[in-house]
Amino acid sequence: MTTPPPDDAPKAEEAVPRPLHLRWRSLGLVALGGTVGTGVREAVALTFPAAPGTLPVTIAIINVVGSFVLGLLLESLLRRGPDEGRRRDLRLLVGTGVLGGFTTYSALAVDTGLLLDGHAGVALVYALGSVVAGALAAAAGIVLGASLARTAADRRGGRS
Amino acid sequence: MIAPWLVVAVALAGGVGAALRLVVDGMVRAAVSTRLPLATAVINVGGSFVLGLLTGLAASSTLAPGWLLVLGGGLMGGYTTFSTASVETVRLLAERRFGSALGYGLGVVVLAVAAGVLGVVLGSA
Repeated sequence: MTTPPPDDAPKAEEAVPRPLHLRWRSLGLVALGGTVGTGVREAVALTFPAAPGTLPVTIAIINVVGSFVLGLLLESLLRRGPDEGRRRDLRLLVGTGVLGGFTTYSALAVDTGLLLDGHAGVALVYALGSVVAGALAAAAGIVLGASLARTAADRRGGRS
Repeated sequence: MIAPWLVVAVALAGGVGAALRLVVDGMVRAAVSTRLPLATAVINVGGSFVLGLLTGLAASSTLAPGWLLVLGGGLMGGYTTFSTASVETVRLLAERRFGSALGYGLGVVVLAVAAGVLGVVLGSA
């Protein structure tokens, strides 16, 4: 039980680290988060469906909110230290998984395409509005994340 | 009313799609060296084409509505992502690469819509 593992075993593994996207741990974390995020999106989208020919408000809000939270999360993690250990697990589970699955690009693209047939104005507002609002929301999340991390660092440093 | 088990199936398909996104993202990053966030663009344009295809197949009654929900809203919804695209656009802006940010933000949405429309046309043909 107390015998340490042979010296060369862990080193051999470290010598050729499997890339992050091919590790079972990463894939499991992302799949778990993606299941939750997709489930929440689908439940919300089915509860508040868009009427034909109108702007899909529900998906638009989901995408903008998800962009804000991802900006906040990634900036907060980045400010707290390098992308490893628990921080990387959190990024994969919540960022790549939950928020990646919660937000969707394919629904935006296909619904825009369908709206172009007869409702070109709505399609344009939906597509461009989503991209612009998503970028603004992500920027706001990043700014908030940076500000929160600074406040936390100041508090740790004993300043007030 | 949608059956609860169908929502569970959609969610699980979304988990598979998200894991697939991690794999494709890593593969594109390993294969292509570029300063543009190409991997997310490839994922979102490709996923939009597949969702268009599924939507077209469902419109022509080749695909059952339940499968459109599981494979479209679930698998492709989880595979594609809007939040990462937004953050990547902002990071280009933060690097003061305004042209790249504008081209990336608008270019991907135009390509994704075109891919989606192509998918719908092919699927319903």
